[in-house]
Amino acid sequence: MALPSESITINLGPQHPSTHGVFRLRVTLDGEVIQDIEPIFGYLHRGTEKLAEERSYTQIVTLTDRLDYTSSMINNQAYVLATEKLAGLEVPERGQYLRVLTAELQRVASHLMGIGFFLQDLGAMGTPLMYCFRERERILDLFEMVCGARVTVSYMRPGGVNQDPPPEFWPGLKELLSDLPHYIDELERLINENEIVLARTKGIGVLSRELAIDSSISGPNLRASGVAWDLRKADPYDVYDRMDFDIPVGSNGDSYDRFLVRVMEIHQSLRIVEQCSKDIPDGPVRADVPYFFRPPAGDAYAHVEASKGELGFYLVSDDGIAPYRCKIRAPSFINLTALTEMLLGWKVADLMVIFGSLDVNMGEVDR
Amino acid sequence: MDSSFDKNALFSTLNDFYLGLLPDSLSWAAFLGTGLTIVFILVNAVLMLTAFGTYMERRVLGRFQTRLGPNRVGPFGLLQPLADLLKLIMKEDLRPLMADRLTFFLAPVLMVTSMLVVVAVVPFGSDSFLADLNIGVLYLVGIPTIATVSMFLGGWGSGNRFALLGAARAVAMLISYEVPMIISLAGILILAGSMSLVDVVEAQRLPFILLQPMAFFVFLIAASAEMNRSPFDLMEAESELTAGFHTEFSGMRFGLLQLAEFGEVVVTSAILATLFLRGWENPFIPADWSQVLPPQVWLIGKILFFMLIFTWIRATLPRMRIDQVMAFAWKVLFPLAVINMFVTAALVVAWPEPTYTQLWAIAGINWVVAIGCLIGFSLALDKHRKNPTASVQLVKIPTEVA
Amino acid sequence: MAYGLGIAKGMMVTLLNLTRKPVTVQYPEQRVTQNPRFRGEDFVWYEERCTGCASCAKYCPQGIIKIVTAPSGEQTQEGETYKIETFDIEIARCMFCGLCVEACPYDALHMGTGFERAKPRRSDLVITVEELRASAKRPSTWFRPQLQNRGYDPAKGEEVPWQEAGRESTVAPTYDDMLKRWVEGR
Repeated sequence: MALPSESITINLGPQHPSTHGVFRLRVTLDGEVIQDIEPIFGYLHRGTEKLAEERSYTQIVTLTDRLDYTSSMINNQAYVLATEKLAGLEVPERGQYLRVLTAELQRVASHLMGIGFFLQDLGAMGTPLMYCFRERERILDLFEMVCGARVTVSYMRPGGVNQDPPPEFWPGLKELLSDLPHYIDELERLINENEIVLARTKGIGVLSRELAIDSSISGPNLRASGVAWDLRKADPYDVYDRMDFDIPVGSNGDSYDRFLVRVMEIHQSLRIVEQCSKDIPDGPVRADVPYFFRPPAGDAYAHVEASKGELGFYLVSDDGIAPYRCKIRAPSFINLTALTEMLLGWKVADLMVIFGSLDVNMGEVDR
Repeated sequence: MDSSFDKNALFSTLNDFYLGLLPDSLSWAAFLGTGLTIVFILVNAVLMLTAFGTYMERRVLGRFQTRLGPNRVGPFGLLQPLADLLKLIMKEDLRPLMADRLTFFLAPVLMVTSMLVVVAVVPFGSDSFLADLNIGVLYLVGIPTIATVSMFLGGWGSGNRFALLGAARAVAMLISYEVPMIISLAGILILAGSMSLVDVVEAQRLPFILLQPMAFFVFLIAASAEMNRSPFDLMEAESELTAGFHTEFSGMRFGLLQLAEFGEVVVTSAILATLFLRGWENPFIPADWSQVLPPQVWLIGKILFFMLIFTWIRATLPRMRIDQVMAFAWKVLFPLAVINMFVTAALVVAWPEPTYTQLWAIAGINWVVAIGCLIGFSLALDKHRKNPTASVQLVKIPTEVA
Repeated sequence: MAYGLGIAKGMMVTLLNLTRKPVTVQYPEQRVTQNPRFRGEDFVWYEERCTGCASCAKYCPQGIIKIVTAPSGEQTQEGETYKIETFDIEIARCMFCGLCVEACPYDALHMGTGFERAKPRRSDLVITVEELRASAKRPSTWFRPQLQNRGYDPAKGEEVPWQEAGRESTVAPTYDDMLKRWVEGR
C-alpha cells in the first residue's frame, strides 16, 4: 500500500551560509528529492545600468568594479573595450599587456575564491578555503602595489590603464610566479583525489553539452560540459592573440569537472602572466583621452572571457558625455538559466554542491 | 564489591580517611563520601579536559589552516571556553510551543549524563579508578546508546518536523556505526581474555594498536561517527536543510549538548587510550620496568594525542552524505571488523600463551592481514580506478585571427 | 589508485601546513604593511596649491565633494585663486576611487593612507576644510609619479611640504622654457 505523500516547499533564504551572496531559492521537495525550484534574486540590485546613464564614461569604470566584485579587473577590461570600440580609441601596447596581465591575475584570484568556497560548502571545515585565501592575499597585495586598492581596483581607463606599475611590482610578480604553482599543486594534492570529494561531486549535477549551449552558459561551466569555447581564443582582444595557453575542457559536465576546470585554468592563467611579464614593451600606458570625451553617436558591444563566463557591455551613445544606455550581459545571471534542469531529481544534500560548482556571484546577477 | 575494594587503593585510602572522621555506625556514609569524592574528581577532570579541549581544537584547527586560533581572551586565549560558557548562559532559553516538556528537558541531560558515566570505568592508574566492573567493555559499548536515544528524544521533543527528520537520520547513522564498533572490540576481548578494563590494560604486553591495527582503524572511524565528528558531521551542516536534532535548543541547553558532544571526544579518547595504547602505562617499555612518568600523566597525554588525531581528521576531510555514510559502515567497516575477529581468534587458538616473539609474530600477521584487507577493499570499492582527474583535459585551440 | 590514498595525501598536506608560520596579523597591535600607493581615507590637501577650480568635485562619480569659494583678492595678476570657504568631502559615500586626485591639475589634493575613520555619528563622517587644513601631510603616491619617483613612503612618517608635492617640482623649467612660455608665446 503506497502511503500518500505531498511535497513540501522550503525556503533557502537570502541569508544562508552556503548561497554565495544573497540568493533565495524556494525548493519543492518530495522527501529528499528536489521536485522544483524557484530562484528569487534581486536582493543586491543597485541599479548599475541606470546609474551608468548619469555618469561619464570614465566614471563608469568605478561602477563596473562592483559588478562581480571578485573579479574587478576583468569587469573593467570588458567595459573599457566597449568604450574604445564606441569611440574608436587606440590603446598603446604597454597598456594592452598590462591589461592582460592584471586580468589574468584577477582570474586566478577569482577562481581561488570559487574553489575555496566550493570546498567550504562540501564541509571541509575551512581548511582549503584558508589555503586559497592565503594565496589570494598575495595577488591582492600585488594589486595594491599597482593601483592602490585590493578589490575595487578601477585600474583601467578608456584608452589604456591608469598608471604604470611601480618598480617593486615586477620582482613581486616574479616571486609570486615562482611560488604560486607549488601552492596550487599542494592544494590539488589535498583535494583532487580525495575520495570524499570524488564521491560527493562525481556525477552530481550533470549539465549536458546540448543544454549548456542552448541555455547560453559560458565560461568554465560550458567548458566542463565538453564545449571547447573560450573567448580569448575565439574572439581575441588586447594581446591574447600573442599568448600561448591551453584550454581545459571537461567531458562529463558534472560538478567535479567544473571544479577541476577552474583549478586547471589557474595554471594556464599563470602561464599567460609569465608571458606578459616577459614580453611587455616600454611605452605609454594610456592613450591621450580627455576625461569627459564624447564618442560619436552609435553603439558598440564588447565581450571578454570573465572568470564566470562571457561578460559583455553594450553601450549606446547619443553624443553626450554619458552613455544613453549601458547594458551588461552578466555571465552569472545567464548561467543560472539552466539551474532548474541541473537541480531536478537530485537530493537536498547535492543542492549546495551543484550550486557551489556553478560559482555564481550575486553582484553580477543582480547588478 | 569487596574484590574491587582490595584492588582499588585510592578507594581504600579515601574510605579509611572518611572512616576516621565519622563514627562507626555511619560507615555507609564513609563509603558514600569516598564514592562521591572520586566522582567529583573524575567529573571535574573530564569537564576541564572538555573545556580545554574546545580551546585546543580551535587553536590547532587554526594552525592547520596557517592562522592563529583564538588568543585574545585571557593570556593566549585560555579563557575562551569561559567566554563561550558565559555567552551561552546569558542567552534566552527558548522553548517552542509544541515542544514536549519532559523530553525537551531530558535530552541534553541524558546526553551529558551518558558521556560522564562512561568515565566511571576508565582506570587512571593500576589501583585508582572508580569501579572496575568485570564487564567493563560491555558497559563501555552499552552506555553510548543512551546518547543515541537522547538525540532522538531531543529531535522528537522539539516539536519541529525537520528536527525529527534530522534526529531520525542521526539515530540511523549512529546505530549502524555501533555494530562495527562493538565487533572490533571482540578481537581485544579475545586477546585480553577478560572484559574488565584493568585486565585489558594489564594484558597488553605489546600495545593493542600493534596487535590489532584493523580493530584500531575500525574503532577510530566508528567512534568518529558516533561522536558526530567530521567527516560524519552531517547533522551540524548548514548545507543540509534538516538542521538536526539541536535546532530548537538555545542557551545553556544547547551548551549542554555541545558539552556532551565534545565530552564524548574526551571520553572516546580515554577509551581508545585504555584499550589500544596501554592506558596508564608507558606504551614503549614493558610493564615491569619503571615508568618514567606518573600514570595519570601518561593517560592524559594519550587522551590529548587522540584528541589531536580527531582534530587532524576534522581539519582535512569534507563531509560525507548520509547514504555514503551508511554504505561505508555496512560495506567496509563491518566486514573488516568481522575479519579481524576471525583472524584474532585463529591466532589465539594457535598460540594460547604467546611469548614475546610470538606476540611480535602475531602483530606482524595482523598488520599484514590489515594492509591486505585494506588494499583489497579499496581496489574492490574503487569506482574511479582510472585517474579521476582524467575527465578534464587540456586542449589546444587555434586562436582566431581577427 | 587505491581508495583511501587520496585521503592519505590530503592528511599529509594538512600536516605539512601545521609546520608553517601562521599568516595572521594581530590587528591592532600589528599592521599589514601598506604599499605607498594605497588609496586611503585621510585626504591630503595643500591649500597653498589649491585654486578652487573644483575639478575634483566635477570628476567625482558620487558627487560628494562640495566646494564653496569666495574671491580672495590675492594674486590678481595671473588669474585669481579663490579663497576656499567650504571644502567638504563626504567620507560616508566616498569609495576612494581616486578620480578626484586624478583630476586635480595643481596636485593640491592627494589620497591619504588611513582606513580607520569610523565615527559613531553619520554627521561626523564629513571631512571639513578645517580638518583638511589641519591634517598631517603624508600623501599616498597614487597617481603622483613625482612622489613615487623620489621614493616617498607615507608610512615612514615624513611630511611633504607643498612646494615638493607638485609635478613641476621634479621637472623644473629652464630659463629658455620660461622665456618661450611667458615672453615669446604672447
